[in-house]
Amino acid sequence: MTRMDFEVVVLAGGASSNLSPLVSQELPKALLPVANRPVLSYVLELLEGSNLKDLIVVVEGEDAAQLVGGWISGAYADRLHVEVAAVPEGVGTAGALRSISSYLTANDVLIVSGDLVTDVPPGAIAATHRRHGAVVTTLLCSSPVSGPSDSGTSGGKEKAKKPVRHNIIGLDPTRQYLLHMATGAEVEKDIRLQKRILQAVGQMEIRADLMDAHLYAFKRTVLQDILDQKDKFQSIRQDILPYLIRTQLSSEVSRNGLVSSESGSNKSAVQDDLRWLSQHREIAPSTFQDSQPLSLKSQRDDQRSHKCCVYIANESKYCARLNSIQAFSDINRDVIGEASHLSGYSFSAQNNIIHPSAELGSKTTVGPQCMLAEGSKLGDKCSVKRSVIGRHCRIGSNVKIVNSVVMNHVTIDDGCSIQGSVICSNVQLQERVVLKDCQVGAGYIVTSGSEHKSESLARK
Amino acid sequence: MEPRRPPRTVSDPKVRQVGFVTPAAAPPARTVSDTAAMPAAGASQELPLSGSSLSPVMIPPPRHDGLSARVTAPVPVPIAATALRLDNLQIRVGSYNQSEVLLGTPPMTSPSSRVEDAVSEFSDDVSASSLYGRTEPDKVGTAFPGRSGDLMPAKSVVAGGSIGGSHTPENPPTTSLVVKTLPGITEKKRGMLEKQHDEAAAPKPLKEKTTKAERRALQEAQRAAKSAAKEGGGADPTNTKKDKVVKPTPQKKDVPEVAASSGKKVDRPLEKERKKEVLPLRMQFDDKHKVEKVKQRAIVNQREAKSRVEFFQRLPQYVHGTQLQELEAKFFQLDAVHPSVYKVGLHHLSGKITGGNARCIAMLLAFKEAIKDYSTPPEKALVRDLNAKISGFVSFLIECRPLSISMGNAIKFLKNRIAKLPLSMSELDAKASIQSDIDRFINQKIIIADKVIVRHAFAKIRDGDVLLTYGLSSVVEMILVYAHEHKKKFRIVIVDSRPKHEGQILLRRLVAKGLNCTYTHINAISYIMHEVTRVFLGAASVLSNGTVYSRVGTACVAMVAKAYRVPVLICCEAYKFHERVQLDSICFNELGDPDAILKVPTHVESYLYGCMDNDNLQLLNLNYDATPSDYVSMIITDYGMLPPTSVPVIMREYDPQNLWI
Repeated sequence: MTRMDFEVVVLAGGASSNLSPLVSQELPKALLPVANRPVLSYVLELLEGSNLKDLIVVVEGEDAAQLVGGWISGAYADRLHVEVAAVPEGVGTAGALRSISSYLTANDVLIVSGDLVTDVPPGAIAATHRRHGAVVTTLLCSSPVSGPSDSGTSGGKEKAKKPVRHNIIGLDPTRQYLLHMATGAEVEKDIRLQKRILQAVGQMEIRADLMDAHLYAFKRTVLQDILDQKDKFQSIRQDILPYLIRTQLSSEVSRNGLVSSESGSNKSAVQDDLRWLSQHREIAPSTFQDSQPLSLKSQRDDQRSHKCCVYIANESKYCARLNSIQAFSDINRDVIGEASHLSGYSFSAQNNIIHPSAELGSKTTVGPQCMLAEGSKLGDKCSVKRSVIGRHCRIGSNVKIVNSVVMNHVTIDDGCSIQGSVICSNVQLQERVVLKDCQVGAGYIVTSGSEHKSESLARK
Repeated sequence: MEPRRPPRTVSDPKVRQVGFVTPAAAPPARTVSDTAAMPAAGASQELPLSGSSLSPVMIPPPRHDGLSARVTAPVPVPIAATALRLDNLQIRVGSYNQSEVLLGTPPMTSPSSRVEDAVSEFSDDVSASSLYGRTEPDKVGTAFPGRSGDLMPAKSVVAGGSIGGSHTPENPPTTSLVVKTLPGITEKKRGMLEKQHDEAAAPKPLKEKTTKAERRALQEAQRAAKSAAKEGGGADPTNTKKDKVVKPTPQKKDVPEVAASSGKKVDRPLEKERKKEVLPLRMQFDDKHKVEKVKQRAIVNQREAKSRVEFFQRLPQYVHGTQLQELEAKFFQLDAVHPSVYKVGLHHLSGKITGGNARCIAMLLAFKEAIKDYSTPPEKALVRDLNAKISGFVSFLIECRPLSISMGNAIKFLKNRIAKLPLSMSELDAKASIQSDIDRFINQKIIIADKVIVRHAFAKIRDGDVLLTYGLSSVVEMILVYAHEHKKKFRIVIVDSRPKHEGQILLRRLVAKGLNCTYTHINAISYIMHEVTRVFLGAASVLSNGTVYSRVGTACVAMVAKAYRVPVLICCEAYKFHERVQLDSICFNELGDPDAILKVPTHVESYLYGCMDNDNLQLLNLNYDATPSDYVSMIITDYGMLPPTSVPVIMREYDPQNLWI
């Protein structure tokens, strides 16, 4: 049974290339720890909180699928009913959907990216979708402030300079309909707008401060039709969504959908009257419907248009995607910082989380917005600020850790200084290592006394 | 009938001709003296216009085999009666002051001290109805149910007779009988009634055959007597005497709903019964305990608006905009609500679907969907479980937006149908039967009803007319378009108001269809009314005292039209009628978004910007108002065209609950 006629697909991805060296064969993207919990758990718990317990999780690659499946069955054994589907690597989001689309039966499909960390209720998107009878509804949230801007350090010097990948999003004046969307590389080019759409709405609002959060609600029939007909479509965001937006006013797609949905009801004069009466006052905020009678288009034409809607998350909601290393650090910082309600932990009076089994040496300070997981040991005179430290780490004396993420089973010897870095599992840092804005891949050994700055260190 | 006209009209200079005679047909120079000749002329003009198949006043027998039955049904009342009755009506309205004086006296001069009790015991709205109700002498029954208890039987007879044509010489016996059976009537009153009686044409013998209505009236009278007897073991003599009076009047037919509900308890209403009546009425939002309780049950925690206008504190008022978001966020938490019902609820809340008909249709179709997907849980009876389920849906819808009266009536119908399903029926059959019931309701009560109304109203549109309409009513739009398609030459004045500007939608569509329109706002109503010849208005509901409950502003339009002597025609499907009696817009209404009235389109910021949080500022945005029946010339329903006083008759005779067998 599907809840409210919605099915949920979580696209958990595979070994993402832009997250190396953090991601490896042993650690698919979905299991990257954010505040010592796999990032996928944030999505799953969000869905669970919304009463959505029947999920399909799609993972790229057999091995990754096994890892993810194993973790889910362990962690959510009796709470969720999850089916993990493995798809070949490199098929893209659209390809992943294509391979499972035949299993979908509900009226609408909610597609969630597995790397989303948010507290926006998915029901809101679903309800907006239902309310408008849209073909696709997407969640937009304000673009995150990139870089550790509030840390006060010079962290991410070049990253802060680098322009954030802007999205250009066109909305109608009521901010309910999606009229244009250009992302990434397209932004560099001139923006081309469709005249017809512009004429239909009269006015378009162009926003660059919004980000597509990769949480979509699709009408199932339309989605399946597109997946069947357009074999070359690789990605939801780059192919399917632009296609739907482009064809809003002259859609082959929704006509098919309409035919299939209306085939049961025989058309008659009574039906027309009924529709007329029930749509009589329908003052859709969109000028779509209003403009059509003026241009004296027939009813048929009117039906051919379909709607792409947006749900714009409230400013107060947290919404971020873990799609880059910078984002990984940011999210880790936020989850134990400003968006602490997401972490699911209870904070101590000092506004940090120190597991009871963790051991601290004398004169060691753990500042606010820090996290220290079970079994970790800190030597004397250490200082930890705004950092996450994983399980069973052994940290020597006189170590400074600022704005960093340290995963599990890491050994850090005396006198190290780590700033703005990510240190993966089983890494060994020998004495007096100085790291600044570095990423250290799993199992790497940093020799003593070395200094690194803005480097990515990984095993060959 | 004719002879009594001249003195009346002489006594009041406000008399005018309204009986749907165009100015050309009834020149302004026409004086009262030739009214005698008028009805015939009016009738003859009326006839060809009313179409070959449909007569405007035709009241078919209470069969409901669809339109065809209605069309071919015999006409119980002469067609000419339209003109006649409408003339009478207006004249009597003219004599307002006189009759008011007459009628105001009885409670004072009545020998029975019990009258005062009756007055005090009646709930406010009933007794106050006299202030607003129509005051023609022989419609007293409907208008003054509570003023003097002793008059009750008489009134009901008289009022009931009105639709059947009590003014026409068809059934004067009832009138005469009334006069005789009234014990506590004042001399003045008696004289008046007698005069009426005398004026009426020669009496005919009583009808022997009792009609259904008569039998029902009898039954009601008996019931009333019984309850009275039960109530007062030591009932005072007047009471018992009264009962005796009530009983032997088998002719007491056509008791209107108002009179019936209140009349039953004329002899001192039981405390218990009164409570029963009062309690389940409506949620009072100024009662803190109840609000707490409701909040616990509520799906969404709604924040209530802070400052509310004092009179309207019992109506729910929430901070606008928060409701939708919270409801949407809980989309997946609502187990009990079917997706289609949920969608309709959101549409109601967001204002995507508005208007009585559209909301009702959307709701019924959603219920149909829900019933299609419904399966009876084990060890439960479909009848009970489904009804409980529907109740759940309804409370969800109420949370989205208060129900419209049309929806309330449809729900009542649906629940009744479900409850009447035989227990032995299989689930599949039961579901199919309910679904077809819903379809039939939509079809017959709304779609076909609208078509019939359009035909009726079409007869009232002539070449050269200037028609005024207010806001956006689906039926009125259909009428205008239909008349245009049938080559009538007329002009339309669309009156609109802030903040909804619904008239613009109508304007846009009519202009696109090539109709000649004038658009103005309600501020200019008094200016524009000069040129108007007819006012067509839609209604959310028509209440049993003839009050029209409609979009706020309707009362104003109707009042101005009345002042300018322009006939006001209310177009309303009979399924929207409600037995309630409402005298003002305060006791039952819906509050809109108070901020909506602040927005001035030309100014980015409101003039009131910054003082919104001031405790001294209270904003009121009402959605509906009540138009007293005085301002309404005629109500066009699917059962014909009626004066507003005849609404109870339609409600009784064509009550869907009794009709759908």
